[in-house]
Amino acid sequence: MPFGNTHNNFKLNFSVDDEYPDLTKHNNHMAKLLTKEIYAKLRDKQTPTGYTLDDVIQTGVDNPGHPFIMTVGCVAGDEESYEVFKDLLDPVISDRHGGYKATDKHKTDLNFENLKGGDDLDPNYVLSSRVRTGRSIKGYALPPHNTRGERRAVERLSVEALNSLDGEFKGKYYPLKSMTDAEQEQLINDHFLFDKPVSPLLLAAGMARDWPDGRGIWHNENKTFLVWVNEEDHLRVIAMQKGGNMKEVFKRFCVGLQRIEEIFKKHNHGFMWNEHLGFILTCPSNLGTGLRGGVHVKLPKLSTHAKFEEILTRLRLQKRGTGGVDTASVGGVFDISNADRIGSSEVDQVQCVVDGVKLMVEMEKKLEKGESIDSMIPAQK
Amino acid sequence: MGNINTKLARLTIKQRPVEDEFPDLTEHCNHMAKVLTLDMYRRLRQHCTPNGFTIDHVIQTGVDNPGHPFIMTVGCVAGDEETYEVFKDLLDPIIQDRHGGYKPTDKHKTDLNPSNLKGGDDLDSNYVLSSRVRTGRSIRGFCLPPHCSRGERRAVEKLSVEALGVLSGDLKGKYYALKNMTDAKQQQLIDDHFLFDKPVSPLLLASGMARDWPDARGIWHNDTKTFLVWVNEEDHLRVISMQKGGNMKEVFTRFCTGLTKIEDLFKNKGHSFMWNEHLGYVLTCPSNLGTGLRAGVHVKLPNLSKYRQFEEILKRLRLQKRGTGGVDTAAVGGIFDISNADRLGFSEVELVQMVVDGVRLMIEMEKRLEKSQSIDDLMPAQK
Repeated sequence: MPFGNTHNNFKLNFSVDDEYPDLTKHNNHMAKLLTKEIYAKLRDKQTPTGYTLDDVIQTGVDNPGHPFIMTVGCVAGDEESYEVFKDLLDPVISDRHGGYKATDKHKTDLNFENLKGGDDLDPNYVLSSRVRTGRSIKGYALPPHNTRGERRAVERLSVEALNSLDGEFKGKYYPLKSMTDAEQEQLINDHFLFDKPVSPLLLAAGMARDWPDGRGIWHNENKTFLVWVNEEDHLRVIAMQKGGNMKEVFKRFCVGLQRIEEIFKKHNHGFMWNEHLGFILTCPSNLGTGLRGGVHVKLPKLSTHAKFEEILTRLRLQKRGTGGVDTASVGGVFDISNADRIGSSEVDQVQCVVDGVKLMVEMEKKLEKGESIDSMIPAQK
Repeated sequence: MGNINTKLARLTIKQRPVEDEFPDLTEHCNHMAKVLTLDMYRRLRQHCTPNGFTIDHVIQTGVDNPGHPFIMTVGCVAGDEETYEVFKDLLDPIIQDRHGGYKPTDKHKTDLNPSNLKGGDDLDSNYVLSSRVRTGRSIRGFCLPPHCSRGERRAVEKLSVEALGVLSGDLKGKYYALKNMTDAKQQQLIDDHFLFDKPVSPLLLASGMARDWPDARGIWHNDTKTFLVWVNEEDHLRVISMQKGGNMKEVFTRFCTGLTKIEDLFKNKGHSFMWNEHLGYVLTCPSNLGTGLRAGVHVKLPNLSKYRQFEEILKRLRLQKRGTGGVDTAAVGGIFDISNADRLGFSEVELVQMVVDGVRLMIEMEKRLEKSQSIDDLMPAQK
């Protein structure tokens, strides 16, 4: 709720020209699309929790962006942001998500049986497989805008839900604020720990307020299912394991997610979802499925091939370094994941990853033998 | 739900129980955490300033920055002039704790008459490398940096540039907006030690002061580079007078003359500085109330600074030390930034007098120690 000029009503005494941000040096989706007219129309509106347009865009104003990387430049403070500020957010969503229209419907499919294959990616190349998504709990403001009380309530509900899981999902919650050094060390070694955000993109949106209050990490005993509470979204749900059995990872992901959702629904706090935007998350880039399914895969030859980027584009995949977003790859090992989030289902997106990675591993093998891969270049999916 | 009705409004947003919302301050060590109780929070969260600044806004920086056992930060900020009134239950005890027992009923004296300063024109320049006086000013009618809108910030810039543009004589100068500064000018300002950067301190970032950077931020300085104004950094205005050597009197005279002229120019435009007889000049951080003044020198004290009673001497002289990079930096080569510790409850003249008298004494001590002589007889009483 604080952070920014949410209830600064003096600003309405100033003209639109006086208040409109200077976006001349900016390169992000918000800066591209926020015209003075839209600003004029929306600047005196607020959502029921008091989130205003200036709150939505603050991160994009404060972070002009980069010519090579188009950040979104705006965030939602609550579920209603996407409605109250649709004049800005619909064009941003369309621009970011490949032309997704304000009238389009999004399909949710968390039935893991619909995934074909995915259990046989070559573990000589695919080192690990992971699927993550986010979920927002209906009735609470989102991380840029929530109060301490709301954040703690989300934590309480989440811990209750997660602690009721059993079987392969039986696990334990580790709140950040009371974590022992030993636990912290273990979580770092498992690559589970999340830190206080340092990215100016997140800090400018107010997501790190009151850190580490209400934040924590839950994981199952097998360390194959992990939930982050109150980081960039209310919940981030992650299924992961070594090797290339994406099918198993996706199954655990779907089953776990659905069990958690049932428990939240019983408390009359289901997940934020609608048939246009799918699952509602803090960043417009994560709408729809909010899903990033990916592998760490060795592609030292393919990654230096002239057409690597083109291949990824056609397969609707993206590459990252093995440290996650905005990191570099190390030793020819890349994080390859789906590029899309909205307009295709969870199954569709994981299928892209499975099929695409299988193809790229075959290409890598060909290149190892000095053979051409021209005949294997795929059509645009 | 329409716009929130202001004017000490009751906040009508549905609120969770106080216990759910009260911050966890168990690991914290700052003035706010020391003073804020559950009951206080319960009362204060019902209100906001006419411009919508709430208790959560006030304390956010202190919640996000637990502090350090050795350095007591304030842990709260004001978003507008009314903050100090609406949230006095919290801010009065903090002011008292931070400013040596200053009571809610106390009156603060302003004295910007440089002829009231005795001496100060003869600090030994073999030891005193430079002298500097700075303060802040807030323009009444606008929200402060944690809470202002872009329009307000730009209005402050516009007014400031107009006012400064009228200065003449040795105060004649030019404004350099951060957002369209050339590389050459930027380098020049860095070399002159004039440039301020986008804040990186989590203390400032957590209070929202860096929003919209670098919009409406800039640096004005006179042609002789002895008088400098920062616009829209941590306060609306930071006014700085500085020069090499030990002639603090000259620095302070220019400081007072310049400030008074600027204040007149603002008044002519219908805008006074935020001031009241209890808190003096009202600034963003409660630590800068009163005079908002920090007068200091860069002085070589390699022997004295290693003397076992150095800290005690500083304390008795009501001075503080910093490194030559400013707050939270280390001393380099035995050179220290020595300045007044107080801000409120003493006038500008009194504070600069303490610096002048104290530094003179410390240089004497340094000279004695150079000759391996005792300085016991020079030890001052507590001022």
